Amino acid sequence: MSERAPDAAVAGPERSPTGVALPINAKPARYPGRWLTALVCLFLLGCVVDAFVASPNIKWAEVGSYFFSENVLRGLWLTVVLTIAAQSVGIVGGVILASMSMSLNPVLRTISSAYIGLFRGTPALIQIIFWFNIGLVFPHIALRIPGTGIGFRVETNSIITPIMAAVIALGLNEAAYMSEIVRGGIISIELGQSEAAASIGLTHSQSMRYVILPQAIRTVIPPTANELISMLKNTSLVSVISAKELLTSVQEIYASNFLTIELLIVASIWYLIMTTIATIVQSYLERLFDRGSRRPGTGASNLFHSLFRRDFSVGPSGPGAL
Amino acid sequence: MPVLRAEHVHKKFASLEVLHDISLSVGKGEVVCLVGPSGSGKSTFLRCVNHLERIDAGRIYVDDALVGYEERAGRLYELKEASVCAARRQTGMVFQGFNLFVHLTAIENIMLGPRRILGMTKAEARAEAEVLLARVGLDGRGSSYPKQLSGGQQQRVAIARALAMNPKLLLLDEPTSALDPHLVGEVLSVIRELADEGLTMLVVTHEMAFARDVADRVVVFAGGRLIEEGAPRDILTAPSDPRTVAFLGRRS
Repeated sequence: MSERAPDAAVAGPERSPTGVALPINAKPARYPGRWLTALVCLFLLGCVVDAFVASPNIKWAEVGSYFFSENVLRGLWLTVVLTIAAQSVGIVGGVILASMSMSLNPVLRTISSAYIGLFRGTPALIQIIFWFNIGLVFPHIALRIPGTGIGFRVETNSIITPIMAAVIALGLNEAAYMSEIVRGGIISIELGQSEAAASIGLTHSQSMRYVILPQAIRTVIPPTANELISMLKNTSLVSVISAKELLTSVQEIYASNFLTIELLIVASIWYLIMTTIATIVQSYLERLFDRGSRRPGTGASNLFHSLFRRDFSVGPSGPGAL
Repeated sequence: MPVLRAEHVHKKFASLEVLHDISLSVGKGEVVCLVGPSGSGKSTFLRCVNHLERIDAGRIYVDDALVGYEERAGRLYELKEASVCAARRQTGMVFQGFNLFVHLTAIENIMLGPRRILGMTKAEARAEAEVLLARVGLDGRGSSYPKQLSGGQQQRVAIARALAMNPKLLLLDEPTSALDPHLVGEVLSVIRELADEGLTMLVVTHEMAFARDVADRVVVFAGGRLIEEGAPRDILTAPSDPRTVAFLGRRS
């Protein structure tokens, strides 16, 4: 592997008799076909963009005026909160389900796979409506210490607000997907790592905590970020139960002023901004957890690099490598 | 009292018998080399000693404690995970593929066991790890990640990691087989020094010259059986079993 580096230095560039490396002044090859297809595509794209921009039926000034309107920003905030809350439930639930699915206890394994089957096998939209209406099944929620009268009892509908139902539904649904991602990350770690951990006397859970999970997190981050981006957009599903997130907010506005397309454009631009930020955070986290496969860097310069550096090197390199 | 005592060990993978009636003991301070053709069960035997594999019959004792089980009133009771792990601290293991923890630096690899199992403070573990790094000739490379080290350096870190738990017995599973030829020497000389210091070792190896120089005893495996054992000079220069003759002939 890395021992090859010195050998590469042995074979130097071809040299002219005078000892000077000959320059390459070749004429570049020409591809007129590429230019042609590029022009055709740009023309067609221009037509489409022009049709929208120039359309008298889209009032672009309204897009601008509603972009920072109070109701839109409030909806945006709720979307962010919902996303973070539901994704957190999903990640925690996913780790628990993944541990269960890899447990030596067959009952836990079965429960885990049944859960995954159920929650992946039914539409998220149904799950959202279901949790919102859970009060139809259990009108009251009571917590009580058995044998004593101590406890409390509340109306289900006072707890299961649209926001609560949204977090539960999206979170529990997400847990099913996250568990498969976490499990994939764990089984991607070479068996030798856990054997080495066992050989120094670590127990299974110590080995998970100190050896396997810190490595698995690297493989888990990119798909988790994808899930987060999906979650940002899936929160719009909860408009069916009138949780006032971004989509519901713009729907309420265009229900009264009929600027449907304009407000959908406003919402779309905000979704694009949020997913872009999530992507940037993802690449930052990937660098952060890339320990051991690259030279470690400091946090601040890592963020800078993840944004601006173009890295063509493959594998370990630099002064630290042999 | 031998550090390792294996009595009539049998091991099967499905219907394939990989160890057949292996009896072997290693005394304190002794260096025993296991040699033999690929697939003869040498590595499997080593893994059984560490209870990374279960045996189907026989007994293995490390430091007079039964590996993986407890014997009470003539009956065997399977040990719980915590006891198995506690027992594993007595035996260090060095793998063919190094198996360093890739997300940790060299020194963190060495410190993990002492910190999490022996309960040392970070400073104590670091001080000890630095001594061990120096002992395997890697002074000052503690902050390198495994991928930044050559194979020989990685294997020396792996040896230091095993030594950090202060094992009574060190198992080395073909420690130089994954190395480029020019890196073999540095690892073997570290193992040689450990032998000189009196560490008890069981080494699976294909390096016959090393076995001849360092081993107190050479044990030959073939087809899952222990076919011959004795002083290295006798076994390697005047083998009696025809399978040993064939194996050594192929290698020289």
